[in-house]
Order: sequence, then C-alpha cells, then structure tokens
Amino acid sequence: MRFNLVFRRFMGEKIAVISAIYLLFILFCALFGNGLLPFAPNTSDFDHILSAPSATHWLGTDELGRDIVSRLVAGSSAALQAGIISILIPLFIGVPLGILAGYTGGAVDEILMRIVEAILAIPAILLALGITAALGVSLWNAMIAIGIVFTPQFARLARGQTLLIRREPYVESAKISNAHFIWIMRKHIMPNIAPVIIVQASFNLSFAIIVEASLSFLGLGAQDPQISWGNMLRHAYSMIEVNRIFIFYPGIAIMLTVLAGNFLGDGLRIALDPKIKSR
Amino acid sequence: MFKLVVRRLLYAIPMIIITTFIVFSFILLIPGDPALTILGDNATDETIALLNAELGLDRPIYIQYFEWISNALQGDLRKSIFTGQEVSEAVFGRLGITIQLVLYAVFIATVAGMFLAVISIFYHNTLIDYIARFISTLGTAIPNFWLALILVMVFTFTFTLFPATGFTSFFDSPLGFLKSATLPAVSLSSAGVAQITRQLRSSLIEVMESDYIRTAYSKGLRKMTVISSHAVQNGMLPVITSIGLLFGNMLGATVVVETIFAIPGIGQLAVNSILQRDFIMLQGVVLVMIFFAILINFIIDLLYSILDPRIELK
Repeated sequence: MRFNLVFRRFMGEKIAVISAIYLLFILFCALFGNGLLPFAPNTSDFDHILSAPSATHWLGTDELGRDIVSRLVAGSSAALQAGIISILIPLFIGVPLGILAGYTGGAVDEILMRIVEAILAIPAILLALGITAALGVSLWNAMIAIGIVFTPQFARLARGQTLLIRREPYVESAKISNAHFIWIMRKHIMPNIAPVIIVQASFNLSFAIIVEASLSFLGLGAQDPQISWGNMLRHAYSMIEVNRIFIFYPGIAIMLTVLAGNFLGDGLRIALDPKIKSR
Repeated sequence: MFKLVVRRLLYAIPMIIITTFIVFSFILLIPGDPALTILGDNATDETIALLNAELGLDRPIYIQYFEWISNALQGDLRKSIFTGQEVSEAVFGRLGITIQLVLYAVFIATVAGMFLAVISIFYHNTLIDYIARFISTLGTAIPNFWLALILVMVFTFTFTLFPATGFTSFFDSPLGFLKSATLPAVSLSSAGVAQITRQLRSSLIEVMESDYIRTAYSKGLRKMTVISSHAVQNGMLPVITSIGLLFGNMLGATVVVETIFAIPGIGQLAVNSILQRDFIMLQGVVLVMIFFAILINFIIDLLYSILDPRIELK
C-alpha cells in the first residue's frame, strides 16, 4: 500500500492520532525534558520537603525535596528505552528466525516452532524475572530480558505471514527465476510482513513498559539513583502513610503511555490492513 | 476420551521438556563463573569447588539438566544455597496459598468479565455499553501493582475495610480468606477482566446473529434471558481457552502482588530468591509455576473438547 494512503487512513483514527502525538511528546520529554526543566531529577532540596504543588514545583516535591515533574520526565526515558530495546531485540532475532522457519519449512520449521511454543507457555513476567536474575539485577538487563521474552512472539508472527506469502505466484516466479533467498526476503517477504510486525511492535511497547515498571517496582530493574516510573512507585508506596498522592503520578504516567501504545496499535492495524474499511 | 488424553499428553510432554530446559539453562546466562556469582562476595576457592561439585557446574549443560530433571521428577529440587532448606519443601509449603489466590482471581475475572460483557450486549451501543468497554480498555493498561497500591490506599488507609498485608487460608477461616485475599485477587484479575469482557463481548455479538437466538426471541423470551442463558453458553466457548492462559499469566503476576501484600506464597519466594541470589530456589519455583501453567492449559484443552463436541482433535 502507498504510504500516503496509509497516512490518510491513520489520520482518520482520531484516538490513534492523539496517542501518537502523546507518544511523540513523551519521546521529546525523554530526549530533552531534563535539559529544559529547572530542577535536576536527583537534586535534593531539604528546605522544600514534601511541598505541595506550586508555581516552582508543579507537582510538588518528594520526601527528599526532589522535584516530581523532573523525576517523571527522567522516568519517561527508562520507559521508552525499555519499549524500544524490547522491540529491537525481537526484530533482529525473532523476525529473521520466523521468516527462515516459514520459508524453509520442514524440520527446521518444526523444531523452531516447538521451541517458540514452549517459551510462549512460560508466563512472560516469570521468564523476564529468570533472565534478569541470571544476567544480574540492573535496568539494562531487565530491558534485555523483556526483549528476549518478546522474541518468540515475533518469530511466530513472522513465520505465519511468511507461510502465507511463500505460495504466492510472484514469489514462486521469483524462485523459478533463480532469485536469491535474501533478495526474495528483502523484496517480497519483508514488505508483506511489515504491517503485522509494526502493529505487534506498538502493542509490545505498552507491555514492555508495564514489565519494566513491574521489575523496577520489585527492585529488580532500575536501581537508585536511576529513575524509572516503577521505582518511583516503590518509593511512593513506602511513603503511603505520609503522602498518598505520590502513588498517582507515576501510575498515571504508566497508564497513559500504555493506553497510547494500545490505541496506536489499533489505529495502525486499521490503517495498514486494506481489508478493514475505515470507519 | 482416553485417546484424547493420550494425544494431548504426547503434545504436552515435549513442551514440558523444552520449557524446563529453558528454565534450567538460565544458569548459562550468568556472566562469568556461575558458582562465584551464586555464592557472591563471600566465596572462597573451597566453597566454589564444593558448589561446582554439588551442582556439577563443570559438566556439559545437558548432563546437568538431565540430572536436575530426573531428581525433580522424584521430588528433589535440591537445597537452597541461602538457607539450606529443601527447595521442594519451601515451594510446596507455599504453593497452596498461591493457588488459592490465583483461583480466586480467576473466579473474579470470569464473573466480572461475564457480567460486563452481558450488560454491554444488553445495552448495546448505549452509554452503559461504552462504560463497560472503557473499563475493559483500562483494565489492560493499568499495571496490576499500581491497582494494588490504589486499592491499599482506598480500602486500608482511607476506609479500614481490608488489611494491607498477610494471608489467611480458606481452609482455616473462609471469612478471613475473603478479608485477606480480596484486594490481592482483585489486583491480579484486572487484565483478566478486561480480556474476558472483550472476548466474550465480541463472541456474543456474533452469536446474537444466529438462528437459534431468533427462535428464542420468537418464543417470547425476554432479552436478558436470551442473552444470559442462550447466547452466553455458546459465546463462552472461545473464552474458555483464554481463561486457561489467564491462569498462567496470573501465576506469574503473583510475583508482584504477593510482594506488595506480603503474602507468603511462591511469587514472593521467587522475588526473595532473586534478591538473595538463591538461584537454585528460583529454578525450583519457576519450574513448579510453569508446570502448573502447562497442566492447567492441558486440563482446559480437554474441557474445551468435552464442552464443544464439534472439535475433533487432530
């Protein structure tokens, strides 16, 4: 499908467009936010501990006098990094394996798919936990773990799509013309499976953010002084008897970003699938 | 029926072998010398040599795996490095708590999901339908640990209705169980409620078009009766599989929820064993959890084919 057409169909999905704008805003925050904000996320100001929202501290300060807005903005970078890494790993490992399995078929396919199914049978958070434990507890390792967890899903998706396309006459004719596998993959398979992969990737962005926050909340991801929405919630929970409002800010940030990822996925699916009529 | 069970078992066994092998091979991911990492800073050459000998870490991975799994099949999951306790003792002592919690959460998710789906079909395309759909959209986006924190804030600190920590077994006191397990079970069930609502709703929309529903209407039955006793029966079929998958996901999510509510189940055990770098304990916990997740799916698969006689298993 032409890019223009996809773009026009996507623009028709209002919630998805708003979500995309929101995610771009979060990306902007993650890249430049802390440079633009007056307070550094980890600088304590002991004269203003637990201050209420004001013109200087928009959402107030925490128990160490740190500006909450600055910390939320710093946390967005951990969330987005987790999202992006957890998409890149399956994209470069899962998708090629899936295409290979679907294209060659036979025993290779059978073995790869058995392994994929077995990994998918393991609850995602448990798998992420196990891998993080083995690699050592850190934010970076948590992200890698999430990426590995998503890999089989992408492999299965890519395989399914490849199986559909492999039998198409234009692929058959390319094969008869002695086209190289890599050429067929680049010219025919990749463009055809891209839409499905893009949609899945945007749903996974959401899930990765939840898993990263969960691991950091448990103390198995971001370690102080690193900032993640998950470990902000961890601190907020320990302060719940002092200030209840703290548990809302990072939670809302997570929820909105996850919702945005889901809506973006829905919108992209409609925009990229010619079979679905626009509403 | 017997043939069916055998066929499904033949399918489940390789699955269990591969998953357990994956769990076991986590140990390969440990950077550097696994014995050194497992023992931490207090390791001496002597203890390292001892651990290597005990776990056979110097032998090829498949031999290690074979030994581990054949011991596991006899109920021996080795001893915790940290406490010296038998892993099987620790896991099976706590397993009952987690299973109770997860079953309660699955129950909540199913009942709430069915309720939301039925009223959203009954009031199709009205405000109530939109509210039900909104709840189910939100359910997928709210991390369950955040929901847990909010529930604690509201029901423990604002209205002191439920305790924030602890657990009472159903078999000791059913009332105590409801009191201690309701908040954790609700937080576990959020994603499940959303999933069941969405799936049942879309399958009900399809079912409502069928002939037998028209017949039911023309018999003069009320709309609610048609939906709740005629349509739901068939509409639930595709949902049953996802209830099985929910079980596994919730089992995983207990890791977070049990930590928040200080429930001494195997989820909490998993987190503690990571924080204490008790790798042997972690392997045992994850093995048992996965085994249960696969077992439940196996049972659901069988149940599904009994409920839907059209399904001929290949």
